Amino acid sequence: MSVLVVSEQAGGAWHGMSFETIAAGAEAAAALGCPLQVAVLGSGVAGLAAEAAAKRVSEVVVIDDPALAAYTPDGFAAAVRQAVEQLNPTLVLFPHTYQVRDFAPKLTAGLGKAFLSDAVGIAVDDGKLVFVRRLFQGKLNADVTPAGDAPYFASIQSGVFRADALPDGGAPAPVRNLDVVIDPAQIRTRPEAPFQEAKGAVDLTAAEIIVSVGRGIKDPENIPLAVELAQALGGELAASRPICDNGWLPLERQVGSSGQTVSPNLYLALGISGAIQHVVGMKGAKTIVAINKDEGAPIFEIADYGIVADLFEVVPALIAALKE
Amino acid sequence: MNIFVCLKQVGARDSALRIAVDRKWVEDEDLNFEMNEPDAFALEEGLRLKEKHGGEVVAVSAGPARAASTIREALAKGADRGILIEDDRFAQADALCIARALAAAVGREAHDLVLTGLQSDDFGFGQTGVIMAELLNLPHATIVMQVQAEDGGLRVKRELEAGWFQNVSMPLPALLTIQSGINKVRYATLMGIKRARKKPLVTHTAGELGIDMAASQTVRRLYLPHKTKQTQFITGSGKEAAAALLEKLKFEARAL
Repeated sequence: MSVLVVSEQAGGAWHGMSFETIAAGAEAAAALGCPLQVAVLGSGVAGLAAEAAAKRVSEVVVIDDPALAAYTPDGFAAAVRQAVEQLNPTLVLFPHTYQVRDFAPKLTAGLGKAFLSDAVGIAVDDGKLVFVRRLFQGKLNADVTPAGDAPYFASIQSGVFRADALPDGGAPAPVRNLDVVIDPAQIRTRPEAPFQEAKGAVDLTAAEIIVSVGRGIKDPENIPLAVELAQALGGELAASRPICDNGWLPLERQVGSSGQTVSPNLYLALGISGAIQHVVGMKGAKTIVAINKDEGAPIFEIADYGIVADLFEVVPALIAALKE
Repeated sequence: MNIFVCLKQVGARDSALRIAVDRKWVEDEDLNFEMNEPDAFALEEGLRLKEKHGGEVVAVSAGPARAASTIREALAKGADRGILIEDDRFAQADALCIARALAAAVGREAHDLVLTGLQSDDFGFGQTGVIMAELLNLPHATIVMQVQAEDGGLRVKRELEAGWFQNVSMPLPALLTIQSGINKVRYATLMGIKRARKKPLVTHTAGELGIDMAASQTVRRLYLPHKTKQTQFITGSGKEAAAALLEKLKFEARAL
């Protein structure tokens, strides 16, 4: 019985969510009263394994294989499956990254198990694991229990657990290499090197004030209203994903998991519902203002100031007041 | 190319959400239903691939009887035929259960490419496509932003995090989950809607396909999220609210 955290790295560098997930695993292991194991996967990852072993964990297991040098869903699902079969954990936790979304459901389906993806909480109730998931685009929470016997599988949303809550251990934890067999012939996809599109001129990360628009702006003809407010405040204009998907603003102005991550002094969210993909990109803002017609919009959970109203009534009034 | 596009019918984004008395789901009668928005991008991509490479687009859904209207919408936009796996329990079913049903329907037929949206607007598992790939033993890629057919296979552009991308090649048959925004979704024309009435829509029951309906995860309780911040709500007319907000931003938050 153990909690196994499957960490993520690329090219010898940690994914930032790895230690958040190890922190989640530490809480779960304490609640279950069992050891915490951390798996490090890749090719040439001994250095990272040593870093993980410096934390207060029970054991670090290493799956080091040339077939894992580049990420493929076939290779990673096979590797983690063998680790699970050898270690027989009670609970397997992943960071809810794009990579995990790509292979973890394959792994769990192969085992006939549920995958409690994108969890924002873990509790143990009467000996049973209960996960908190967000439904209906974050408008409602659900307590969810997996059926059947262990192992159980879940991924942890970004920013729920704090990486700095994870203390360093005393002596380094033991590091063990796992023997897995990954047949390169079973890897059916051929990945090429990751690349960035030509970088836009807009660096939102440097902005002190950001005015950001979401679906509530309704029509591309209304974008100039937001531009005018941004100018009156001396800030930059940004947007949530649907606005860029529609081509109403260029992708380089997108804030969120697939766009830029910003932490301005002031973030004004106009007609943004607050889907998690957006929130992870802006929740570090010092002051957050949300203007939205829907009082149930999740953006109000993280807003310092909220106005439940039609943005087309409030924004022109703001512009007028700023110009006075 | 035989293309299967998997569609889910979900409560519309602007539907009022009222937690049901048993606290396990929302009151269905309050909801308007629509095609899951990410799935609409998958359908559009399927239609474009068919227009370019020929073949057939089949719209598949696992849901209660009402989901037939979402398949009809797909037929009106240009899909050639539809398959509904009907069972009321699909409305609240988990991703493994839905994927089993969809994979059973697709697996009975010759398929070159299976497309799904990235995730659903209700449960938001983001897993159905990847589970189907495993059940159908297909190579897959997720969060796809571009699809090119080449040399009997595919080369796709995957979105990674924080503005990074990656091209991945794979043989056919394959499964892709499509990222929202990959294309501009078409509207159904009147002619399309008329034609859709004559297109075949086959209904199977979950029982006929031998689907394992056992839940692999169960909602115990639905509730409103706890707030992480104490939001100060500002009321009044647009003008009053604007003035009060600026006052607070200047003197309380010192953000201006």
